[in-house]
Amino acid sequence: MQSFQEIILKLKQYWAERGCIIQEPYDVEVGAGTMCPETFLRVLGPKPYRVAYVQPSRRPADGRYGDNPNRLYKHSQLQVILKPSPDDVIEQYLGSLEAIGIDLREHDLKFEEDNWESPTLGAWGIGWQVMLDGLEVTQFTYFQQCGGIDLELVPAELTYGLERLTAFLQVRDSVYDIEWTKAFSYRDVRYLDELQYSVYNFEMADIPTLWKLFELHEGEAARLLRAYNPEAPEKLRFPLLPAYDHVLHCSHLFNTLDARGAISVTERVGIIQRIRKIAVGVAQNWVDQQKEVPLAEVAR
Amino acid sequence: MTVPFLLEIGTEEIPDWMIPGALESLHMLFEKTELPHESVRLDATPRRLVLRADGLPERQADSEERILGPAKSAPPQAVAGFARKQGVRPEDLCLESTPKGEYYSFVKKIAGKRTIDILADSLPEMILQIYFPKTMSWTGKTGARFIRPIRWIVALLGCDTVPFELAGLRSGTLSSGHRRLGSPEVAVTIDDYDQRLRDHYVIISAEQRRQKISREMAGIRVKTDPALLETLVYITEFPTAITGSFDSQFLDLPEEVLITVMRHHQKYFSVEDAAGRLAPQFVAVMNIDSDREGFVRRGNERVLRARFNDARFFWETDQKRRLEDRKDDLARVVFQAKVGNYYDKTLRIEERVQSMGGDAHASRAAGLCKCDLTTELVMEFPELQGVVGGLYARAQGEPEGVWQAIYDHYKPDSMEDAIPRTRAGMLVALADKLDTLNACFSVGLAPTGSRDPLALRRAAQGVVRILVEGKIGVFLHQHVGGEALISFLKDRVRFYFKDVRGFPYDEVNAVMAAGWSNLVEMEARLERIHALRHTPDFEPLAASFKRIRNILEQAKFTAMEPVEETLLEQDQERELFAEYKRIQGQPIENVISRLRPKVDLFFDKVLVNAPDLRIRQNRLTLLDTLLREFSTIADFSEIVTTS
Repeated sequence: MQSFQEIILKLKQYWAERGCIIQEPYDVEVGAGTMCPETFLRVLGPKPYRVAYVQPSRRPADGRYGDNPNRLYKHSQLQVILKPSPDDVIEQYLGSLEAIGIDLREHDLKFEEDNWESPTLGAWGIGWQVMLDGLEVTQFTYFQQCGGIDLELVPAELTYGLERLTAFLQVRDSVYDIEWTKAFSYRDVRYLDELQYSVYNFEMADIPTLWKLFELHEGEAARLLRAYNPEAPEKLRFPLLPAYDHVLHCSHLFNTLDARGAISVTERVGIIQRIRKIAVGVAQNWVDQQKEVPLAEVAR
Repeated sequence: MTVPFLLEIGTEEIPDWMIPGALESLHMLFEKTELPHESVRLDATPRRLVLRADGLPERQADSEERILGPAKSAPPQAVAGFARKQGVRPEDLCLESTPKGEYYSFVKKIAGKRTIDILADSLPEMILQIYFPKTMSWTGKTGARFIRPIRWIVALLGCDTVPFELAGLRSGTLSSGHRRLGSPEVAVTIDDYDQRLRDHYVIISAEQRRQKISREMAGIRVKTDPALLETLVYITEFPTAITGSFDSQFLDLPEEVLITVMRHHQKYFSVEDAAGRLAPQFVAVMNIDSDREGFVRRGNERVLRARFNDARFFWETDQKRRLEDRKDDLARVVFQAKVGNYYDKTLRIEERVQSMGGDAHASRAAGLCKCDLTTELVMEFPELQGVVGGLYARAQGEPEGVWQAIYDHYKPDSMEDAIPRTRAGMLVALADKLDTLNACFSVGLAPTGSRDPLALRRAAQGVVRILVEGKIGVFLHQHVGGEALISFLKDRVRFYFKDVRGFPYDEVNAVMAAGWSNLVEMEARLERIHALRHTPDFEPLAASFKRIRNILEQAKFTAMEPVEETLLEQDQERELFAEYKRIQGQPIENVISRLRPKVDLFFDKVLVNAPDLRIRQNRLTLLDTLLREFSTIADFSEIVTTS
């Protein structure tokens, strides 16, 4: 039986062989791999890019104190970005399933319509959820817009739900029972994360503190965005990447406040707008800043 | 000589529900080319849209164009110039007489274009014009747009490829087989197309896929579900049905929840036992030829088990808080961003139920009806809103009158769906829908054209059906505000009686013109008019009423005083008035046969426009009085008469 980490290693190997940079997880908390700069910023502009990374994705509202066999506060996504999307992208994707030992002649695979939209990121795409014997194992999206900007090259984004995929391959009914390695189960590694973050997010997070943090991060991002000058001579020095980190913090704080039940109806739409504003600000300036990098410098 | 044509647009997986519409659109676009042909056949799987036509000419007919040149009297240089321009000698021109005199002319022969050239020119644009509700680009932001990336194109006219380029692809003769069972490149001709695809595990005909699924389910008591069958037909290229089972311990969860999980989330058919109860089995349809190892069955069973476990978890968690304790939380649930939250909506529903005369059960249900929106089960299965609330209310000991009203209050959710089963349910449903309509219209969210994202038409249709079919005699106008909404509802009322119930439009218009606020009462009037319609006196009387209306309008009549008997000069008008007094207050059915001859005689013999002003006014008053007597049932002038 393949362990959780063997499956991850094989998938990384597979995509590395297809020209992907293998990145490590981004070190700021995110709700999905899409939000990492490796996706959110890299899909912008005219430069081709290929990257794959595992991203722990935190969704405060999905926490279940470690009680629910299928639902997690923090799950692991394998995020693959192929920009531009190759013509045989689906065949390549199917190959990745074969690479982890799924004989596609013996299993049922369906592509069911599932478009993706993130109002906070000003992003949307068209695609499917990929169903393997009735189980959703991958979200497949052709990005169309990001940070409110129409994308010049259309990237394909593949997001594998690694816990689900592993539970499928290891034939386990609960993600906690999957083998991370021969010696350690998923429960051994992650149970306390689930329990403690659920307690924090639902019960103990201090609402005024979170609001204060939200405003601090928002303020810092906004301050930087105001300072960006497209006419400046050395604009590649300008810290847009740090500005984006503050956007990510805001997004996660919003999710935590939401799980905590601290966001009223009237506030909600407004907060999403506020995050969107700084996210879009970073994206626009990023496109401008990238014009300083000659296309040829980006290795294919 | 005619030739057949085949176009296959090979794509990545198109959403099933868009496929029939796309084929229709493709068909229309093809007809617009006006290429002569005999028959057209359209087929599709999720990965291909196919149009085949027979009997296309190889070449369009030759045609002639007559080009008029200079007048006969023009200088020879002009004539020579014209001839040169047409590429002929001046003596090859003819002379033609026109009303303005004789002119030189030239008949230009235009060879008919080759059909293959016409197709090659028009197909790229035609393909990109196929209508889809949402499109994407895949070759870059200025590139082609389609529902999903196009990956190959087969275009054949007879044995020839219709050559063109689209989105970086060249049309050709290579199709593609089933993703996993067939070859990625399959050379086809028009003659062997079906068979070649079949060899590569693609059943091109939707009807054959439908039959295959149905055949494989024969013998299993499957709950019929035509919509699900259509989805499965268009989500597969080679469907095969398999049966799986689940632990019967899950059967103690509500059937509604189990079926929703199977149908909406897993696209399974549910199965019944001989007594019509849900059996612990399901039918899944694979997009593959067989499940030799049982992997697919076991995989699906496991997914279903997880889903059912989830549902059980939600069901049990939700029970820890009673519905009534959830009411305050509704302030955090958005009803509509511009309109507010569900707490406020609940208060308005409660108030309206009261004002419509709801009993204690209705009031209680009104207060609880939206509380299930905060439950885990509804967050997981939004399509079960209402139903879940009803089930929880029952589990928490609410009386039948209350839980059923909650359970039913989203009904009817379609034209075919039943209305709520109890009066309490009807009132809560009405109050909810009327509130939605009032709230949305008040902030300018009325549907425009075919766009109705908030399903307000369905809500309005539900209101009409509940009022009429549930015999709820409330006055609709007291419960809706604003001209836009009133006219919106008026359209739904008219649509309901005309298109759903099948009443002739003029009867509906006539009856509505006499008022439609109380739909129960209106329906009764409509049925009376409809019954009368076939009696011999009805249409003539209706025609007379129309005449009366015209006369009164032309005379700009305003009623001043009652009919003055002493001013009635002629027998016919006195008799008409006497008749009027006899029948006053009686239903029209009882009097129509007596009234009609009197009216006819009146119009025969009496000149309304009498020279004497007082006499004239008195006659108009008589007619007006008569019209008023019957205009509470219908405006007869709206009836379209044959005479």
